[in-house]
Amino acid sequence: MSRETTIWLIVFLIGAVMLFGRAMFTEHGMARMYVEESPREFVDLGDEDKSDWVSMDEVPEDVEVSAIPADRRVSWTSQKTSNYGEFVQQPAGGNIQFSLARSIGVWLAALFTLFVLSFLIKDNPLYKVAESVFVGISAAYWMVVAFWDQIVPNLIGKLSPTFVRNWAMPGLGEDARQELIYLIPLVLGMMLLWRLSPKGGWISRWPMAFFIGTFCGLRLIRFLQADFLTQIRNSIDPLYVTEGGVFDVWASLANIILLIGVLSCLVYFFFSFEHKGIVGRIAKLGIWFLMITFGAGFGYTVMGRIALLAIRLEFLFDDWLWLIDPTDKRLGI
Amino acid sequence: MKRNVPLLLAIIAGFVMIVAFFIPYTVSWGEDVSIWFDILASIAFILGGGNLLKVHLKKVSDQAKGWGYSIITIISFLAMLIIGLGKLGVNPNPQFPGHGHWAGQYNEIGSPFYWLFESVFKPLQATIFAMLAFYVASAAFRAFRAKNMEAILLLATAFFILLGRTAAGVFLTDFIPEESGYSGLRLENITVFIMDVFNTAGHRAIMIGVALGTASVSLKILLGVDRSYLGSGEG
Repeated sequence: MSRETTIWLIVFLIGAVMLFGRAMFTEHGMARMYVEESPREFVDLGDEDKSDWVSMDEVPEDVEVSAIPADRRVSWTSQKTSNYGEFVQQPAGGNIQFSLARSIGVWLAALFTLFVLSFLIKDNPLYKVAESVFVGISAAYWMVVAFWDQIVPNLIGKLSPTFVRNWAMPGLGEDARQELIYLIPLVLGMMLLWRLSPKGGWISRWPMAFFIGTFCGLRLIRFLQADFLTQIRNSIDPLYVTEGGVFDVWASLANIILLIGVLSCLVYFFFSFEHKGIVGRIAKLGIWFLMITFGAGFGYTVMGRIALLAIRLEFLFDDWLWLIDPTDKRLGI
Repeated sequence: MKRNVPLLLAIIAGFVMIVAFFIPYTVSWGEDVSIWFDILASIAFILGGGNLLKVHLKKVSDQAKGWGYSIITIISFLAMLIIGLGKLGVNPNPQFPGHGHWAGQYNEIGSPFYWLFESVFKPLQATIFAMLAFYVASAAFRAFRAKNMEAILLLATAFFILLGRTAAGVFLTDFIPEESGYSGLRLENITVFIMDVFNTAGHRAIMIGVALGTASVSLKILLGVDRSYLGSGEG
């Protein structure tokens, strides 16, 4: 074992011992999550032909609930996120309780955060594990979202509304009618999936062409309307601004700089003329404006990433280690 | 068949979207095509997932370098997929309690899918993006040199923006009274002026350029001038 590995091993062992000590031997522990559980119970007061589910709180007094068969009763427990502060302050018999699943979730989130951050030292197996998990989880996540948010309501729901109403979308209106024209996206979708097959790659060109054509038609109009025309319209501002009849120097100067900036940048983007002489000088001014824009963009990007990092560190020190309590959710412990 | 039909499909789909914008009678055509577009985009996610599975299964089967990590990818992919598509652990919808868990929300708070999202997906995504702070800063330190006017402008702007949006920046020019005529020299106000005037000017020009570029590329595709998306081969 190399010296470097030994040092890291010792550091990790010390860290693990300290974490274990904080989790097990302090009064409050750490990374403990609490949820408020509220029982939900419904009964079917309808008859054989038509169901009429009502919440147990809304059952009329003259109805004998115990006489209703078990298959016409449904109950479950829904959860609401709570915290340690609310847990210790709740009256006796309250619904807030420790959640093992969520606490394990906090540990998992913290460990994955550390695995990813370990890449800053060097590439290592822990980072690779986190990376592999992320690839798998994110691909499946977007597939699930696409399936339930798009394919079920917009494709299966249009082709077979009755099936979807009985299965997963009981709220789908009774007036929803079958639209067989939606066989077209179904067939195009199947053709798109053909790409997975080793042969017949050209088949997926059809849906791809549809995709590209639709995208072009959509973007052609939207970009011209929302970007081209709107940006030009917004650039046409008065160069002599008055506020209550008095000349406003700063507002006028801002509008003049804005107009000069837009025009000079556009001159720089215009390559039909050689950038020489007066055109070259204006284009040079355009470059300066663009450099300021890129500098601002760079500054904002760095700030955004640092904010994300701060959020991750706050998670580690607040939710996981319970070393800080910025929102006073643990009564300052 | 292999090239002309897709070409025709692209042209028809594109022009339906354009016509739907101008002729009220055809608005519903545009809406339908737009929904088809969303459906195909969703099916593309399935294609992506299928492809991921295919690539990693091959890697495992070949026992290629790093195949152990492929197993982790496959397991996490399948776990999330089965839990999400099967709505495992989801409570019934309170509005339709008789429909069982299938009518519930797949991402309901407290469900296993939500748990995986909150405990694995979200922290991993946020930390990977947060790491970029180090790499952007490190790359900037190595690449940025104030050698000419353009580089100086870029560096100075980034400096002012970073400083002006922090408490330290506000503290540095705190001695200038907010009500005085010189309040524009306060760092936070300089930042706002740069953002509202110089940055807006550059952005506007970029947006106009992008819009013109997008329009011309779209027209080239819709008129059949640019056919590169069909690929070069016949296969």
